[in-house]
Amino acid sequence: MDILVVLESKNGSLHRMSREAIVGAQSIAAENGLSISALAIGIDTDQIASSVSGMNLDEVLVANHNLLSTYSADGFAECVKQVIEKENPSLVFVGHTYQTRDYFPKVSARIDKPFIPDVVSLMKEGDFFVFTKTVYNGKLGSKVVSNDSECTLISFQAAAFSEENIESGSASTRSFDIELESSQVRTSSEAPIQEEVSGIDLSSADLIVSVGRGIEKENNLQIVKDLASAINGELASSRPVVDAGWLPSSHQVGSSGQSVSPNLYIALGISGAIQHVVGMKGSKNIIAINKDADAPIFEIADYGVVGNILEIVPKLTEAING
Amino acid sequence: MKIGVLIKQVPGAESALPINDNETGIQEDQASFLMNESDSYALEEAQKIIESRGNGEVVAISLGPDRVQKIIREALAKGADRGIHLQTDAKGLADPLTLAKQFAKALESEQFDLIFSGLQSDDSGMGQTGIILGELLNMSTASLVVGTELSENTLKVKRELEAGWSQWVTLTLPASISIQSGLNQPRYPSLKGIMGAKKKELKILSESEFYIDGKKQSIQKVFVPKTNKKTEMIEGEPDTIVARLVDVLKNEVKVL
Ligand SMILES: Cc1cc2nc3c(=O)[nH]c(=O)nc-3n(C[C@H](O)[C@H](O)[C@H](O)COP(=O)(O)OP(=O)(O)OC[C@H]3O[C@@H](n4cnc5c(N)ncnc54)[C@H](O)[C@@H]3O)c2cc1C
Ligand SMILES: Nc1ncnc2c1ncn2[C@@H]1O[C@H](COP(=O)(O)O)[C@@H](O)[C@H]1O
Repeated sequence: MDILVVLESKNGSLHRMSREAIVGAQSIAAENGLSISALAIGIDTDQIASSVSGMNLDEVLVANHNLLSTYSADGFAECVKQVIEKENPSLVFVGHTYQTRDYFPKVSARIDKPFIPDVVSLMKEGDFFVFTKTVYNGKLGSKVVSNDSECTLISFQAAAFSEENIESGSASTRSFDIELESSQVRTSSEAPIQEEVSGIDLSSADLIVSVGRGIEKENNLQIVKDLASAINGELASSRPVVDAGWLPSSHQVGSSGQSVSPNLYIALGISGAIQHVVGMKGSKNIIAINKDADAPIFEIADYGVVGNILEIVPKLTEAING
Repeated sequence: MKIGVLIKQVPGAESALPINDNETGIQEDQASFLMNESDSYALEEAQKIIESRGNGEVVAISLGPDRVQKIIREALAKGADRGIHLQTDAKGLADPLTLAKQFAKALESEQFDLIFSGLQSDDSGMGQTGIILGELLNMSTASLVVGTELSENTLKVKRELEAGWSQWVTLTLPASISIQSGLNQPRYPSLKGIMGAKKKELKILSESEFYIDGKKQSIQKVFVPKTNKKTEMIEGEPDTIVARLVDVLKNEVKVL
């Protein structure tokens, strides 16, 4: 086995980022003559295995065990460890999901192999793969190499690969026996809960005025609210504004908040960190105002202004209100 | 109850990030450093737990060059009981597996009941160090923690899941958890705290006491990302900018 893609179930179906990880594997497999296996662990394995059986993979491994029927970091880390030790893949791919954030570092520790997280692309240079990831909160990129010749763990950032490019084929299924005892699982979890989603539904909003930490203090929020009402838009924010208690969490856009795709998204004092951008990059038009010309938000904006929101926003509102 | 908190000093959000000559990192002497954001939430959570129990200690731990003593002092001024500085002049973004091994070597004898770390560092963004450390010290672990409830032999944590979901997970002790921002409001140091911090213990470990050889992954090159999107940059005096923005809203995006 050359590449192992570890699959994740989300509400009974295959997580979108698992599909993207498969595309990542397929993108290098043919060219380099590598085989790809996928691994379904514990939860909804029948559905997961059948959802990948029509893809161009060499094999699907299914690991069932009563201790794996709900997620635990200990159980899942032990399972992936045992598969790696038995099957010897040289690359292990997953999506950079909240679940893999929780247990993949443990796999890395248990097998003493490097885990390069949140990778956006990969390239072969000579005999090595070079992985690109962002550092400094998205402000810089870095090229990273593994120094371990046997096995390297990789997680891919959302949208690193496009699931539309998935190659179809057919894959056989094999079950894999896991040895696990209850004493090895040191956690127990309750059913997931959803925070009350009172307040606003931003997902259907057409116009969004969104504010970030650049607003500096709670008192300044009024200028953003005024702009929102001048254009009849909804008010949204990045996470730090919610963390500070300045707006309720129902306003938060991003990976841990709402996903929006309005006709217009105005980003005010928002740097454009990936966890924010995943929630709004589907917007049809993006206007960004930020005092830092190098802020990553300008990479996805249609219109950009390098300037001070405290100065420009009130003027803009005034001009609109005429 | 003894809680170790890992705090990292990273370039602040407003810091310049000029790339160094061999393109392996930034020119540190031109960066301005702060305590990593999620680490300050981790520190606050540890302090709240110890304060509500009325006994125990919070130990602030940082690895890096001498400049990191600034954030250890800051933690002490906010009320942490003592500090440990793992002193090294190693440059660049660390390999989390080797880094965690160094922490494990240096901290094993402390026998912490709990280790708190930030969810991820704002510079390397590995999201691993605290979890690997927990694994190496045989502790149970959880990441993305947005709430804690400590009882005698267990720690119950609320873990953030995707898109507004979360889940309570009960961990056996000892445990190492990584903290997500927003679960509390980190305090500012008081004047009394700042004065008192000078008298608190700050233990300095030299590199030979925790050194681990090797690097499991390395950075070949750091670069400024290029963008493909054509962004119209609107320039000029504020009035000119505003006039063009109104024009865009009216005639291009057509929302006015
Ligand atoms: C697992 C995980 C989940 C996350 N989920 C989310 C999420 O759902 N949503 C989210 O938003 N974040 C989320 N984050 C946090 C995210 O990584 C960033 O930290 C956050 O998006 C930054 O918010 P910001 O842009 O408002 O603040 P900063 O990054 O601090 O940026 C502030 C910006 O304001 C600019 N600025 C300052 N003053 C002015 C001024 N006067 N005029 C104009 N510009 C100014 C600065 O140049 C800077 O670019 C998550 C992080 C993690 C690790
Ligand atoms: N050099 C360091 N000194 C202290 N704590 C660190 C250091 N590096 C990482 N950490 C801790 O580990 C967390 C995760 O870092 P990372 O794995 O780099 O994303 C940080 O938020 C800190 O709590």
